[in-house]
Amino acid sequence: MSIPERVLTFALDGEIFAIDAQAVREILEVPAITRVPGAPGFASGLINVRGAIVPLTDLAVAFGMAHADHGEDTRVIVIEAEVEGEPTTIGLVADKVLDVAAMEGVPVEEAPPVGMRWRADFIRAIARPQGQFVILPDLELIFAESLATATRQERAA
Amino acid sequence: MSEDDPVAAFRVEAAELLDSVEAALLDLAGDSTNTGLVDEVFRGLHTLKGSGAMFGFEALARFTHHCETAFDRVRKGHAEASQALIGVVLSARDHMQALIDVGTQGDPMLEMAGEAILSSLEKAVANSEGMAIPRAMPTERKGWHISFKLPPGSMANGTNPLPLLDELRGLGDCLITPRLDEVPPLASLVPTECYIYWDIVIEGDVTCEDIEDVFIFVIDDMDLAITPLIEEPESDEPVEVLPVATVLAAPQPVAKAAPPAQESVRVAAERLDELMNRVGELVIAQSRLAQLAASVGPVNELTLRAVSEDIERLSAELRDTTMAMRMMPVGNLFGRFRRLVHDLARETGKTIELVTHGEATEVDKTVIERLADPMIHLIRNSCDHGLETADDRVASGKSATGRLTLSARQAGGEVLIAITDDGRGIDRERVRAKAEAQGLIQPGAILGDGELFQMIFHPGFSTAAAITNLSGRGVGMDVVKRSIESLRGTIDIASTPGMGTTMTLHLPLTLAIIECMLVRVGEGRYAIPLSVVEECIELPAAEVTSTARRNFLDVRGELVPYLRLRDTFGTDYPADLFQKVVIVGQGRGRVGLVVDQIIGNTQTVIKSLSRFHAGQGSFSGATILGDGNVALILDVGNLIVAAQKNQRLLGERAGEVA
Repeated sequence: MSIPERVLTFALDGEIFAIDAQAVREILEVPAITRVPGAPGFASGLINVRGAIVPLTDLAVAFGMAHADHGEDTRVIVIEAEVEGEPTTIGLVADKVLDVAAMEGVPVEEAPPVGMRWRADFIRAIARPQGQFVILPDLELIFAESLATATRQERAA
Repeated sequence: MSEDDPVAAFRVEAAELLDSVEAALLDLAGDSTNTGLVDEVFRGLHTLKGSGAMFGFEALARFTHHCETAFDRVRKGHAEASQALIGVVLSARDHMQALIDVGTQGDPMLEMAGEAILSSLEKAVANSEGMAIPRAMPTERKGWHISFKLPPGSMANGTNPLPLLDELRGLGDCLITPRLDEVPPLASLVPTECYIYWDIVIEGDVTCEDIEDVFIFVIDDMDLAITPLIEEPESDEPVEVLPVATVLAAPQPVAKAAPPAQESVRVAAERLDELMNRVGELVIAQSRLAQLAASVGPVNELTLRAVSEDIERLSAELRDTTMAMRMMPVGNLFGRFRRLVHDLARETGKTIELVTHGEATEVDKTVIERLADPMIHLIRNSCDHGLETADDRVASGKSATGRLTLSARQAGGEVLIAITDDGRGIDRERVRAKAEAQGLIQPGAILGDGELFQMIFHPGFSTAAAITNLSGRGVGMDVVKRSIESLRGTIDIASTPGMGTTMTLHLPLTLAIIECMLVRVGEGRYAIPLSVVEECIELPAAEVTSTARRNFLDVRGELVPYLRLRDTFGTDYPADLFQKVVIVGQGRGRVGLVVDQIIGNTQTVIKSLSRFHAGQGSFSGATILGDGNVALILDVGNLIVAAQKNQRLLGERAGEVA
């Protein structure tokens, strides 16, 4: 289980998530979103990030959380990630961006297989800085899973 | 250039040499007495050997030497350029490519393979000896013999021998031999001195003054001897002159080292000049705009509009010029298939003649690159499955030689590339039987030829089993179709039993920028490629309220099915009172798309969708509009298929109810 050195933490439906700060390219205020008809809820829109067309994804959908309306603090975190081996720029919706934190000395646990509302395999680890509860999502798996679902839907259609 | 990797430069040069050798060999196969072609092959091999040795490709030099010797015999009339010899040298050419790819280290496995080729080469030469045709040697030689040596210290004074040599080469065909015997051992070599002197044989209509002009700035203190060439008697060994050419390669790579092949495009100089002019104008327009922006007080609207119009015109021109630079003639692509067809003919034992038309048709560079693989597959198919063996052909009253035609032409915004064979044609019944067995079509369903043949593009629909008993190779036809579609192209098949098959690829001229019609559906804006839009009409009032029972429009007596994009895209934004229908057509399909509003035409730069949305089907890409928002580009081909499927479903459901 590899834990990034520095993480960016953000809030989503009352929970705190952390992603590798290395992967983050920039943080934007919510731009105009173009809905893609028929696209899965997890990646339902497209945004223009300085001339590049970037899919906008919502971890809240992947984790089956309540989908909050975009508010004053809502931001889009633009990250670089590998999707099926292809380097891809992706936008993530966050209710609020919190902090960039060092992970050194922070206790990290594996996600317990039971006792959670979410799919355990979507969570790479849970960090406990100062007794808080911070989720490190397995973005690669979540992206791969969402693509697989999209393909299945397409087949069915 | 000097900081470039010399080995990379050699590879580029070698690739060009091998290409020209291959082309000459293939031409020679059809015209074995053409001495010009024999010379060309010989020269290519010769230069390759020389520069290979220079850059440390020892194995390549040794191997090439044998092929060169073989062709030297052909040149001198001791042996004949037989088909067997050409075949061996072609495979030797591939071996040379492999030797170059391996690099200077060498590879024992390759060496062994090389030995095998060399022994068959020897056999081929031995067999063709004696059958040789005496060849006529060039009798007239006009030109000069020049030898020159720069004075000591001239390099330090800024004299560079390379431009001088280049200039001489510009005058006529040159054989340049650097004389290296005065080069001292490394320890005593002064790097700023030029120790090399040159012997040059220049052929062509050149006067002594022309040559002296070249040396005009250095002629005073240099050693320069210019003597007219004496006509050489026939029987003399002209080879005496030719080895000189080996060394010719030595100064060359330094003088004109080309950038690595994969990343370079040859662009006509005038196109570059044009581009430069536009950029210059753009800079001026920009500074006018900057001045306006910096000016105090209200901006004069007219001035602003003038600047805006200028920039609009310039960016359109810049776009066109830049696009033109990306265009390449399809001849480059067709050239690659000559070898393929030659090899296929040998593998299958058929005689195949390759005919090409319209090589000058220009297509975007990316399209050409991505077209090679699918076309190789289609050509293989035609040669393997389409064309019959010579005996079968004669039996069915055709000429024994099968003919494969590649043709290209431009039609509107599309380029059509057709692969035609005059073989047996596609067996309709077998395709139908297979399609029915796989449940792709209903038994007894009435299908047009075009629709039926599209079945062979279905994944898992083995063309081999469907059409002949020969085994299929490599990628399937579904992969071919997908790669053509990824270029926003389509494939049409036409086939006449016993007469042959034509596969036509419809490809867009360019991938990057297209004209689009911008429409609004609900609150979303979408772009439809203008090349497929046929007309726009208003949705008749009677249709507005009708349920999705009978989605047909009567357009001047023709029934056109239509799709309500509002339903397709599931929008709940209130509909416009007067909806419009954009009638689009591609291939045989014609369909109306009902939209809320037609916004207008726009130029769009196509951006591909990420993996998350690429499988969506309804969209082929996205673009950024003037206001910075993203608009999706409709994939009309897919929408038509969806509409037709929908219509069939509706029809079947209606049948069940009744």
